[in-house]
Amino acid sequence: MPKAPIAWLFIGAFLAFCAFFLAAPAVMLMVQSVDGDDGLTLQYFAALGDYRYRVAFSHSLSLSFTSATVGVIAGGLIAFAVLKPDAPRWLRAVVTSFSAVAANFAGVPLAFAFIATLGSLGLLTSMLKSIGIDLYAIGFSLFSISGLTLVYSYFQIPLMVIIITPAIRAMRPSWREAAENLGASSGQYWRLVGLPVLAPSLLAAWILLFGNSFSAYATAYALTSGNIGLVTTEISAVLSGNVVSEPGVGAALSVGMIVTMVVVLAISQMLARRASAWVKG
Amino acid sequence: MNRLGFGGWTILVLAAVFFGVPLVMTAAFSLWEGGDRYGWSAYRILLASPQLFNSMALSIELALATVAAVLVLLLPAMIFMNLYAPRLRPLFEFVAALPFVVPAIALVAGLSALVTGPEWLIGTPFYLVIPYFFLALPYAYRAIDVGLRSIDLPTLTEAGQSLGAGMGQIIHLVVLPSLRTALVGSTLLTLAVVFGEFTFANVLLFHTYAVYINEIGQHEATAAAALSVASFLLTWAAMLGVLLVGRGRITEGS
Repeated sequence: MPKAPIAWLFIGAFLAFCAFFLAAPAVMLMVQSVDGDDGLTLQYFAALGDYRYRVAFSHSLSLSFTSATVGVIAGGLIAFAVLKPDAPRWLRAVVTSFSAVAANFAGVPLAFAFIATLGSLGLLTSMLKSIGIDLYAIGFSLFSISGLTLVYSYFQIPLMVIIITPAIRAMRPSWREAAENLGASSGQYWRLVGLPVLAPSLLAAWILLFGNSFSAYATAYALTSGNIGLVTTEISAVLSGNVVSEPGVGAALSVGMIVTMVVVLAISQMLARRASAWVKG
Repeated sequence: MNRLGFGGWTILVLAAVFFGVPLVMTAAFSLWEGGDRYGWSAYRILLASPQLFNSMALSIELALATVAAVLVLLLPAMIFMNLYAPRLRPLFEFVAALPFVVPAIALVAGLSALVTGPEWLIGTPFYLVIPYFFLALPYAYRAIDVGLRSIDLPTLTEAGQSLGAGMGQIIHLVVLPSLRTALVGSTLLTLAVVFGEFTFANVLLFHTYAVYINEIGQHEATAAAALSVASFLLTWAAMLGVLLVGRGRITEGS
Protein backbone atom coordinates (compact mmCIF):
# COMPACT_ATOMS: atom_id res chain seq x y z
CA MET A 1 0.00 0.00 0.00
CA PRO A 2 1.41 3.41 -0.93
CA LYS A 3 2.38 5.96 1.64
CA ALA A 4 -0.43 8.42 2.15
CA PRO A 5 0.61 11.68 3.76
CA ILE A 6 -2.92 12.99 3.28
CA ALA A 7 -4.22 10.17 5.45
CA TRP A 8 -1.99 11.23 8.32
CA LEU A 9 -3.06 14.81 7.81
CA PHE A 10 -6.71 13.90 8.39
CA ILE A 11 -6.02 11.52 11.27
CA GLY A 12 -3.72 14.08 12.85
CA ALA A 13 -6.25 16.90 12.43
CA PHE A 14 -8.99 14.90 14.09
CA LEU A 15 -6.82 13.81 17.01
CA ALA A 16 -5.38 17.31 17.47
CA PHE A 17 -8.88 18.80 17.48
CA CYS A 18 -9.98 16.33 20.16
CA ALA A 19 -6.82 16.90 22.17
CA PHE A 20 -7.23 20.65 22.15
CA PHE A 21 -10.98 21.07 22.61
CA LEU A 22 -11.91 17.93 24.54
CA ALA A 23 -8.92 16.60 26.47
CA ALA A 24 -7.31 19.96 27.24
CA PRO A 25 -10.49 21.46 28.78
CA ALA A 26 -10.78 18.40 31.02
CA VAL A 27 -7.15 18.80 32.10
CA MET A 28 -7.76 22.52 32.57
CA LEU A 29 -10.56 21.72 35.03
CA MET A 30 -8.22 19.52 37.03
CA VAL A 31 -5.58 22.26 37.14
CA GLN A 32 -8.14 24.91 38.04
CA SER A 33 -9.59 22.80 40.83
CA VAL A 34 -6.28 22.64 42.74
CA ASP A 35 -4.81 25.98 41.69
CA GLY A 36 -4.94 28.42 44.60
CA ASP A 37 -3.66 31.98 44.88
CA ASP A 38 -0.34 30.72 46.13
CA GLY A 39 0.39 27.26 44.84
CA LEU A 40 -1.54 24.05 45.21
CA THR A 41 -4.66 24.05 47.31
CA LEU A 42 -7.35 21.62 48.32
CA GLN A 43 -9.73 24.36 49.44
CA TYR A 44 -12.05 23.90 46.45
CA PHE A 45 -12.40 20.20 47.01
CA ALA A 46 -12.94 20.95 50.70
CA ALA A 47 -15.77 23.28 49.61
CA LEU A 48 -17.51 20.25 48.07
CA GLY A 49 -18.13 19.19 51.66
CA ASP A 50 -20.44 22.21 52.12
CA TYR A 51 -24.03 21.29 52.78
CA ARG A 52 -25.16 22.75 49.44
CA TYR A 53 -22.80 20.59 47.38
CA ARG A 54 -23.22 17.46 49.48
CA VAL A 55 -26.95 17.73 48.80
CA ALA A 56 -26.33 18.27 45.07
CA PHE A 57 -24.16 15.18 44.82
CA SER A 58 -26.58 13.03 46.80
CA HIS A 59 -29.51 14.31 44.69
CA SER A 60 -27.67 13.58 41.44
CA LEU A 61 -26.54 10.14 42.56
CA SER A 62 -29.92 9.03 43.89
CA LEU A 63 -31.79 10.43 40.88
CA SER A 64 -29.41 8.67 38.48
CA PHE A 65 -29.46 5.45 40.48
CA THR A 66 -33.26 5.31 40.67
CA SER A 67 -34.01 6.41 37.12
CA ALA A 68 -31.41 4.01 35.70
CA THR A 69 -32.87 1.13 37.73
CA VAL A 70 -36.45 2.00 36.75
CA GLY A 71 -35.33 2.34 33.14
CA VAL A 72 -33.53 -1.00 33.07
CA ILE A 73 -36.42 -2.91 34.63
CA ALA A 74 -39.32 -1.26 32.79
CA GLY A 75 -37.47 -0.95 29.48
CA GLY A 76 -36.23 -4.54 29.74
CA LEU A 77 -39.75 -5.85 30.37
CA ILE A 78 -41.20 -3.85 27.49
CA ALA A 79 -38.48 -5.00 25.09
CA PHE A 80 -38.91 -8.57 26.21
CA ALA A 81 -42.70 -8.43 25.78
CA VAL A 82 -42.60 -7.11 22.21
CA LEU A 83 -39.74 -9.36 21.16
CA LYS A 84 -41.55 -12.57 22.03
CA PRO A 85 -41.49 -14.66 18.85
CA ASP A 86 -45.26 -14.58 18.41
CA ALA A 87 -45.79 -10.92 19.28
CA PRO A 88 -47.57 -9.01 16.52
CA ARG A 89 -45.20 -7.39 14.02
CA TRP A 90 -46.96 -4.01 14.00
CA LEU A 91 -46.59 -3.79 17.76
CA ARG A 92 -42.84 -4.26 17.49
CA ALA A 93 -42.63 -1.54 14.84
CA VAL A 94 -44.65 0.89 16.95
CA VAL A 95 -42.56 0.28 20.09
CA THR A 96 -39.24 0.52 18.22
CA SER A 97 -40.04 3.75 16.45
CA PHE A 98 -41.67 5.35 19.48
CA SER A 99 -38.61 4.45 21.58
CA ALA A 100 -36.31 6.13 19.07
CA VAL A 101 -38.37 9.30 19.32
CA ALA A 102 -38.93 9.35 23.09
CA ALA A 103 -35.27 8.57 23.90
CA ASN A 104 -34.36 11.72 21.99
CA PHE A 105 -37.25 13.79 23.32
CA ALA A 106 -35.41 15.04 26.39
CA GLY A 107 -34.50 18.43 27.70
CA VAL A 108 -36.57 21.57 27.77
CA PRO A 109 -39.58 20.39 25.69
CA LEU A 110 -39.93 17.29 27.87
CA ALA A 111 -39.88 19.39 31.02
CA PHE A 112 -42.66 21.62 29.72
CA ALA A 113 -44.72 18.66 28.57
CA PHE A 114 -44.67 17.36 32.13
CA ILE A 115 -45.42 20.79 33.60
CA ALA A 116 -48.47 20.96 31.31
CA THR A 117 -49.52 17.51 32.52
CA LEU A 118 -48.51 17.17 36.15
CA GLY A 119 -47.43 20.67 37.19
CA SER A 120 -49.42 22.31 39.98
CA LEU A 121 -51.75 23.75 37.28
CA GLY A 122 -51.30 20.84 34.88
CA LEU A 123 -54.19 19.26 33.08
CA LEU A 124 -53.92 15.84 34.72
CA THR A 125 -53.45 17.45 38.14
CA SER A 126 -56.66 19.44 37.77
CA MET A 127 -58.58 16.49 36.29
CA LEU A 128 -57.60 14.33 39.25
CA LYS A 129 -58.46 17.17 41.59
CA SER A 130 -61.97 17.37 40.14
CA ILE A 131 -62.54 13.73 41.02
CA GLY A 132 -61.22 14.26 44.51
CA ILE A 133 -57.56 13.33 44.24
CA ASP A 134 -55.37 16.27 45.13
CA LEU A 135 -51.88 15.12 44.18
CA TYR A 136 -50.09 18.10 45.63
CA ALA A 137 -51.99 17.78 48.91
CA ILE A 138 -50.88 14.19 49.35
CA GLY A 139 -47.23 15.09 49.00
CA PHE A 140 -46.53 14.65 45.29
CA SER A 141 -44.59 17.36 43.56
CA LEU A 142 -43.26 17.39 40.02
CA PHE A 143 -40.53 19.71 41.27
CA SER A 144 -38.93 17.19 43.60
CA ILE A 145 -36.49 14.32 43.19
CA SER A 146 -39.33 11.82 42.77
CA GLY A 147 -40.95 14.14 40.21
CA LEU A 148 -37.65 14.37 38.35
CA THR A 149 -37.33 10.58 38.46
CA LEU A 150 -40.74 10.31 36.81
CA VAL A 151 -39.76 12.78 34.09
CA TYR A 152 -36.38 11.14 33.50
CA SER A 153 -38.10 7.76 33.11
CA TYR A 154 -39.72 9.19 30.01
CA PHE A 155 -36.39 9.09 28.16
CA GLN A 156 -34.61 6.41 30.20
CA ILE A 157 -37.14 3.61 29.54
CA PRO A 158 -37.15 4.05 25.73
CA LEU A 159 -33.35 4.29 25.70
CA MET A 160 -33.24 0.96 27.51
CA VAL A 161 -35.61 -0.58 24.97
CA ILE A 162 -33.29 0.54 22.17
CA ILE A 163 -30.03 -0.68 23.70
CA ILE A 164 -31.25 -4.00 25.11
CA THR A 165 -33.12 -5.11 21.96
CA PRO A 166 -30.07 -6.63 20.19
CA ALA A 167 -29.13 -8.62 23.31
CA ILE A 168 -32.64 -10.03 23.72
CA ARG A 169 -32.79 -10.84 20.01
CA ALA A 170 -29.56 -12.81 20.35
CA MET A 171 -31.12 -15.21 22.87
CA ARG A 172 -31.93 -18.47 21.12
CA PRO A 173 -35.38 -19.99 21.54
CA SER A 174 -33.60 -23.35 21.55
CA TRP A 175 -32.06 -22.54 24.96
CA ARG A 176 -35.49 -22.23 26.40
CA GLU A 177 -36.64 -25.42 24.69
CA ALA A 178 -33.58 -27.26 25.96
CA ALA A 179 -34.24 -26.03 29.50
CA GLU A 180 -37.89 -27.07 29.26
CA ASN A 181 -36.94 -30.50 27.96
CA LEU A 182 -34.70 -30.90 30.99
CA GLY A 183 -37.68 -30.08 33.17
CA ALA A 184 -36.85 -26.48 34.11
CA SER A 185 -39.68 -24.18 35.08
CA SER A 186 -39.91 -20.68 33.62
CA GLY A 187 -38.46 -19.26 36.83
CA GLN A 188 -35.54 -21.68 36.76
CA TYR A 189 -34.86 -20.88 33.13
CA TRP A 190 -34.61 -17.16 33.88
CA ARG A 191 -32.60 -17.59 37.07
CA LEU A 192 -30.11 -20.11 35.66
CA VAL A 193 -29.94 -19.32 31.94
CA GLY A 194 -31.69 -16.15 30.79
CA LEU A 195 -30.50 -13.60 33.34
CA PRO A 196 -26.87 -14.82 33.52
CA VAL A 197 -26.64 -14.61 29.74
CA LEU A 198 -28.18 -11.13 29.71
CA ALA A 199 -26.28 -9.90 32.78
CA PRO A 200 -23.36 -8.18 31.00
CA SER A 201 -25.74 -6.40 28.61
CA LEU A 202 -28.05 -5.36 31.43
CA LEU A 203 -25.11 -4.01 33.38
CA ALA A 204 -23.77 -2.08 30.40
CA ALA A 205 -27.22 -0.66 29.79
CA TRP A 206 -27.59 0.37 33.44
CA ILE A 207 -24.27 2.23 33.28
CA LEU A 208 -25.29 4.04 30.11
CA LEU A 209 -28.59 5.07 31.69
CA PHE A 210 -26.84 6.15 34.86
CA GLY A 211 -24.47 8.37 32.91
CA ASN A 212 -27.30 9.68 30.77
CA SER A 213 -29.16 10.84 33.85
CA PHE A 214 -26.11 11.98 35.82
CA SER A 215 -25.01 14.36 33.07
CA ALA A 216 -28.52 15.56 32.19
CA TYR A 217 -28.95 19.26 32.73
CA ALA A 218 -31.61 20.80 30.52
CA THR A 219 -34.59 18.85 31.85
CA ALA A 220 -33.76 19.56 35.49
CA TYR A 221 -32.94 23.20 34.78
CA ALA A 222 -36.19 23.89 32.94
CA LEU A 223 -38.22 21.97 35.50
CA THR A 224 -36.85 23.26 38.78
CA SER A 225 -35.07 26.51 37.77
CA GLY A 226 -32.23 25.36 39.99
CA ASN A 227 -34.39 25.05 43.13
CA ILE A 228 -33.37 21.43 43.47
CA GLY A 229 -29.63 21.32 43.44
CA LEU A 230 -28.07 18.77 41.12
CA VAL A 231 -24.37 18.71 40.35
CA THR A 232 -25.02 19.91 36.79
CA THR A 233 -27.22 22.83 37.83
CA GLU A 234 -24.75 23.82 40.57
CA ILE A 235 -21.93 23.94 38.01
CA SER A 236 -24.02 26.13 35.75
CA ALA A 237 -24.88 28.38 38.69
CA VAL A 238 -21.16 28.90 39.35
CA LEU A 239 -20.48 29.47 35.64
CA SER A 240 -23.22 32.04 35.22
CA GLY A 241 -22.27 33.82 38.43
CA ASN A 242 -25.60 33.17 40.11
CA VAL A 243 -23.93 32.11 43.33
CA VAL A 244 -20.99 33.68 45.06
CA SER A 245 -18.49 30.95 44.35
CA GLU A 246 -15.05 30.96 42.88
CA PRO A 247 -14.48 29.30 39.50
CA GLY A 248 -12.33 26.78 41.35
CA VAL A 249 -15.43 25.38 43.03
CA GLY A 250 -17.11 24.89 39.66
CA ALA A 251 -13.97 23.14 38.44
CA ALA A 252 -13.88 20.92 41.53
CA LEU A 253 -17.56 20.01 40.98
CA SER A 254 -16.81 19.15 37.34
CA VAL A 255 -13.84 17.03 38.36
CA GLY A 256 -16.12 15.32 40.87
CA MET A 257 -18.53 14.46 38.03
CA ILE A 258 -15.75 13.15 35.81
CA VAL A 259 -14.34 11.04 38.65
CA THR A 260 -17.82 9.64 39.38
CA MET A 261 -18.26 8.64 35.74
CA VAL A 262 -14.81 7.03 35.59
CA VAL A 263 -15.45 5.08 38.80
CA VAL A 264 -18.87 3.90 37.59
CA LEU A 265 -17.38 2.82 34.25
CA ALA A 266 -14.50 1.01 35.95
CA ILE A 267 -16.85 -0.89 38.27
CA SER A 268 -19.01 -1.88 35.32
CA GLN A 269 -16.00 -3.14 33.35
CA MET A 270 -14.94 -5.21 36.33
CA LEU A 271 -18.41 -6.67 36.88
CA ALA A 272 -18.92 -7.26 33.16
CA ARG A 273 -15.68 -9.24 33.00
CA ARG A 274 -16.77 -11.31 35.96
CA ALA A 275 -20.27 -11.82 34.51
CA SER A 276 -18.98 -12.94 31.12
CA ALA A 277 -16.34 -15.20 32.70
CA TRP A 278 -19.12 -16.79 34.71
CA VAL A 279 -21.12 -17.44 31.54
CA LYS A 280 -18.16 -19.07 29.82
CA GLY A 281 -17.33 -21.19 32.86
CA MET B 1 -55.16 -12.64 19.96
CA ASN B 2 -53.71 -13.27 23.36
CA ARG B 3 -50.29 -14.19 22.06
CA LEU B 4 -48.37 -11.96 24.45
CA GLY B 5 -49.87 -13.43 27.56
CA PHE B 6 -51.49 -11.51 30.38
CA GLY B 7 -48.20 -10.18 31.76
CA GLY B 8 -47.05 -8.92 28.39
CA TRP B 9 -50.25 -7.01 27.73
CA THR B 10 -50.27 -5.52 31.23
CA ILE B 11 -46.76 -4.16 30.74
CA LEU B 12 -47.56 -2.72 27.33
CA VAL B 13 -50.83 -1.12 28.44
CA LEU B 14 -49.09 0.50 31.42
CA ALA B 15 -46.33 1.73 29.12
CA ALA B 16 -48.88 3.11 26.66
CA VAL B 17 -50.56 5.04 29.49
CA PHE B 18 -47.28 6.39 30.87
CA PHE B 19 -46.01 7.50 27.47
CA GLY B 20 -49.32 8.51 25.93
CA VAL B 21 -50.90 10.56 28.71
CA PRO B 22 -48.26 13.35 28.88
CA LEU B 23 -48.40 13.76 25.09
CA VAL B 24 -52.19 13.97 24.95
CA MET B 25 -52.33 16.26 27.97
CA THR B 26 -49.64 18.55 26.55
CA ALA B 27 -51.41 18.76 23.22
CA ALA B 28 -54.70 19.54 24.99
CA PHE B 29 -53.03 22.06 27.29
CA SER B 30 -51.51 23.88 24.31
CA LEU B 31 -55.05 24.53 23.04
CA TRP B 32 -56.26 25.95 26.34
CA GLU B 33 -57.09 29.65 26.29
CA GLY B 34 -58.10 30.05 29.93
CA GLY B 35 -61.41 29.19 31.52
CA ASP B 36 -63.41 26.88 29.30
CA ARG B 37 -62.15 28.25 26.02
CA TYR B 38 -59.98 26.21 23.70
CA GLY B 39 -58.36 27.33 20.46
CA TRP B 40 -55.21 27.93 18.51
CA SER B 41 -54.16 31.19 20.14
CA ALA B 42 -50.93 29.79 21.61
CA TYR B 43 -49.86 28.67 18.15
CA ARG B 44 -50.89 32.01 16.62
CA ILE B 45 -48.77 33.91 19.16
CA LEU B 46 -45.79 31.71 18.38
CA LEU B 47 -46.12 31.99 14.63
CA ALA B 48 -46.28 35.77 14.94
CA SER B 49 -43.04 35.88 16.89
CA PRO B 50 -39.93 36.58 14.83
CA GLN B 51 -37.81 35.18 17.67
CA LEU B 52 -39.18 31.71 17.03
CA PHE B 53 -37.95 31.74 13.46
CA ASN B 54 -34.64 33.38 14.30
CA SER B 55 -33.85 30.86 17.01
CA MET B 56 -35.00 27.97 14.87
CA ALA B 57 -32.92 29.17 11.93
CA LEU B 58 -29.87 29.46 14.20
CA SER B 59 -30.38 25.94 15.54
CA ILE B 60 -30.75 24.55 12.04
CA GLU B 61 -27.61 26.36 10.87
CA LEU B 62 -25.67 25.04 13.86
CA ALA B 63 -26.95 21.51 13.28
CA LEU B 64 -25.90 21.65 9.62
CA ALA B 65 -22.50 23.09 10.52
CA THR B 66 -22.00 20.26 13.02
CA VAL B 67 -22.92 17.70 10.36
CA ALA B 68 -20.33 19.33 8.08
CA ALA B 69 -17.74 19.13 10.87
CA VAL B 70 -18.48 15.43 11.35
CA LEU B 71 -18.15 14.77 7.61
CA VAL B 72 -14.93 16.77 7.24
CA LEU B 73 -13.16 15.99 10.49
CA LEU B 74 -14.39 12.62 11.69
CA LEU B 75 -15.31 10.65 8.57
CA PRO B 76 -11.99 10.93 6.66
CA ALA B 77 -10.02 10.29 9.85
CA MET B 78 -12.01 7.10 10.44
CA ILE B 79 -11.65 5.89 6.85
CA PHE B 80 -7.89 6.51 6.82
CA MET B 81 -7.45 5.03 10.27
CA ASN B 82 -9.11 1.82 9.09
CA LEU B 83 -7.00 1.76 5.95
CA TYR B 84 -3.54 2.78 7.11
CA ALA B 85 -3.42 2.79 10.89
CA PRO B 86 -5.66 0.12 12.43
CA ARG B 87 -3.30 0.23 15.42
CA LEU B 88 -4.88 3.56 16.30
CA ARG B 89 -8.32 1.99 16.68
CA PRO B 90 -8.17 1.75 20.51
CA LEU B 91 -7.20 5.43 20.67
CA PHE B 92 -10.15 6.35 18.44
CA GLU B 93 -12.51 4.24 20.56
CA PHE B 94 -11.21 5.98 23.67
CA VAL B 95 -11.67 9.45 22.18
CA ALA B 96 -15.19 8.59 21.00
CA ALA B 97 -16.11 7.46 24.52
CA LEU B 98 -14.63 10.54 26.23
CA PRO B 99 -17.70 12.77 25.81
CA PHE B 100 -19.57 10.23 27.93
CA VAL B 101 -17.09 10.62 30.79
CA VAL B 102 -16.84 14.41 30.47
CA PRO B 103 -20.45 15.59 30.76
CA ALA B 104 -21.54 18.55 28.65
CA ILE B 105 -21.69 20.90 31.60
CA ALA B 106 -18.14 19.95 32.64
CA LEU B 107 -16.89 20.38 29.07
CA VAL B 108 -18.40 23.83 28.83
CA ALA B 109 -16.83 24.75 32.19
CA GLY B 110 -13.43 23.58 30.93
CA LEU B 111 -13.83 25.25 27.55
CA SER B 112 -14.76 28.60 29.01
CA ALA B 113 -11.79 28.43 31.36
CA LEU B 114 -9.38 27.41 28.60
CA VAL B 115 -10.58 29.34 25.55
CA THR B 116 -11.01 33.03 26.34
CA GLY B 117 -10.40 34.39 22.88
CA PRO B 118 -10.11 35.42 20.15
CA GLU B 119 -13.38 37.29 19.76
CA TRP B 120 -14.01 36.11 16.17
CA LEU B 121 -14.15 32.57 17.53
CA ILE B 122 -15.99 32.78 20.84
CA GLY B 123 -18.14 35.78 19.92
CA THR B 124 -20.21 34.01 17.26
CA PRO B 125 -22.80 31.30 17.84
CA PHE B 126 -20.75 29.08 15.52
CA TYR B 127 -18.32 28.65 18.39
CA LEU B 128 -20.97 26.17 19.60
CA VAL B 129 -20.07 23.86 16.73
CA ILE B 130 -16.94 22.82 18.66
CA PRO B 131 -18.78 21.42 21.71
CA TYR B 132 -21.60 20.16 19.46
CA PHE B 133 -19.07 18.12 17.51
CA PHE B 134 -18.18 16.29 20.72
CA LEU B 135 -21.83 15.94 21.67
CA ALA B 136 -22.45 14.15 18.37
CA LEU B 137 -19.13 12.28 18.38
CA PRO B 138 -20.21 9.09 20.21
CA TYR B 139 -23.33 8.68 18.05
CA ALA B 140 -21.66 9.55 14.77
CA TYR B 141 -18.63 7.39 15.56
CA ARG B 142 -20.81 4.38 16.34
CA ALA B 143 -22.92 4.80 13.20
CA ILE B 144 -19.91 5.23 10.90
CA ASP B 145 -18.02 2.41 12.61
CA VAL B 146 -20.93 0.02 12.01
CA GLY B 147 -20.91 1.07 8.36
CA LEU B 148 -17.14 0.64 7.97
CA ARG B 149 -17.15 -2.78 9.60
CA SER B 150 -19.81 -4.01 7.21
CA ILE B 151 -17.65 -3.34 4.13
CA ASP B 152 -14.25 -4.81 3.37
CA LEU B 153 -12.37 -1.54 3.08
CA PRO B 154 -8.84 -2.84 2.25
CA THR B 155 -10.11 -5.18 -0.47
CA LEU B 156 -12.29 -2.49 -2.01
CA THR B 157 -9.33 -0.12 -2.01
CA GLU B 158 -6.97 -2.65 -3.57
CA ALA B 159 -9.54 -3.54 -6.20
CA GLY B 160 -9.90 0.13 -7.04
CA GLN B 161 -6.14 0.61 -7.21
CA SER B 162 -5.60 -2.38 -9.47
CA LEU B 163 -8.18 -0.86 -11.80
CA GLY B 164 -6.08 2.30 -11.86
CA ALA B 165 -8.11 4.57 -9.62
CA GLY B 166 -6.49 7.19 -7.41
CA MET B 167 -7.23 7.47 -3.69
CA GLY B 168 -9.63 10.37 -4.25
CA GLN B 169 -11.57 8.43 -6.87
CA ILE B 170 -11.75 5.34 -4.68
CA ILE B 171 -13.15 7.27 -1.74
CA HIS B 172 -15.51 9.26 -3.91
CA LEU B 173 -16.76 6.43 -6.12
CA VAL B 174 -16.48 3.32 -3.95
CA VAL B 175 -16.17 4.02 -0.22
CA LEU B 176 -18.66 6.84 0.20
CA PRO B 177 -21.47 5.18 -1.77
CA SER B 178 -21.15 2.00 0.26
CA LEU B 179 -21.26 4.06 3.47
CA ARG B 180 -24.39 5.91 2.38
CA THR B 181 -26.70 4.33 4.96
CA ALA B 182 -24.25 4.91 7.80
CA LEU B 183 -23.72 8.52 6.75
CA VAL B 184 -27.40 9.33 6.50
CA GLY B 185 -27.94 7.69 9.88
CA SER B 186 -25.15 9.60 11.59
CA THR B 187 -26.29 12.82 9.95
CA LEU B 188 -29.87 12.50 11.20
CA LEU B 189 -28.71 11.55 14.70
CA THR B 190 -26.40 14.57 14.74
CA LEU B 191 -29.21 16.83 13.57
CA ALA B 192 -31.55 15.53 16.27
CA VAL B 193 -28.96 15.84 19.04
CA VAL B 194 -27.80 19.33 18.09
CA PHE B 195 -31.19 20.79 17.28
CA GLY B 196 -32.52 20.33 20.80
CA GLU B 197 -29.26 21.10 22.61
CA PHE B 198 -29.64 23.40 25.59
CA THR B 199 -26.67 23.08 27.94
CA PHE B 200 -23.92 24.75 25.90
CA ALA B 201 -26.17 27.38 24.35
CA ASN B 202 -27.65 28.37 27.70
CA VAL B 203 -24.33 28.63 29.53
CA LEU B 204 -22.59 30.41 26.65
CA LEU B 205 -25.62 32.71 26.19
CA PHE B 206 -26.62 32.04 22.59
CA HIS B 207 -30.24 32.19 21.49
CA THR B 208 -30.91 28.77 20.06
CA TYR B 209 -34.26 27.05 19.74
CA ALA B 210 -34.08 25.22 23.08
CA VAL B 211 -33.03 28.40 24.91
CA TYR B 212 -35.98 30.17 23.31
CA ILE B 213 -38.44 27.48 24.44
CA ASN B 214 -37.10 27.79 27.98
CA GLU B 215 -37.60 31.58 27.97
CA ILE B 216 -41.13 31.27 26.59
CA GLY B 217 -41.93 28.60 29.15
CA GLN B 218 -41.02 30.75 32.11
CA HIS B 219 -44.04 33.01 31.47
CA GLU B 220 -46.22 31.46 28.72
CA ALA B 221 -47.14 27.94 29.81
CA THR B 222 -49.52 27.19 26.92
CA ALA B 223 -47.08 28.45 24.30
CA ALA B 224 -44.38 26.26 25.86
CA ALA B 225 -46.72 23.29 25.61
CA ALA B 226 -47.33 24.13 21.95
CA LEU B 227 -43.57 24.23 21.35
CA SER B 228 -43.16 20.90 23.15
CA VAL B 229 -45.70 19.34 20.80
CA ALA B 230 -43.86 20.83 17.82
CA SER B 231 -40.52 19.53 19.12
CA PHE B 232 -41.95 16.07 19.60
CA LEU B 233 -43.16 16.03 16.01
CA LEU B 234 -39.79 17.30 14.76
CA THR B 235 -37.92 14.62 16.71
CA TRP B 236 -40.33 12.09 15.29
CA ALA B 237 -39.64 13.23 11.74
CA ALA B 238 -35.86 12.98 12.26
CA MET B 239 -36.08 9.53 13.86
CA LEU B 240 -38.46 8.29 11.20
CA GLY B 241 -35.77 9.27 8.72
CA VAL B 242 -33.16 7.28 10.66
CA LEU B 243 -35.39 4.23 10.85
CA LEU B 244 -36.41 4.34 7.20
CA VAL B 245 -32.88 4.80 5.94
CA GLY B 246 -31.10 2.49 8.35
CA ARG B 247 -33.98 0.06 8.91
CA GLY B 248 -33.02 0.17 12.56
CA ARG B 249 -29.51 -1.05 11.78
CA ILE B 250 -27.67 1.79 13.47
CA THR B 251 -29.30 1.66 16.86
CA GLU B 252 -29.17 -2.09 16.91
CA GLY B 253 -25.52 -2.16 15.96
CA SER B 254 -24.41 0.14 18.77
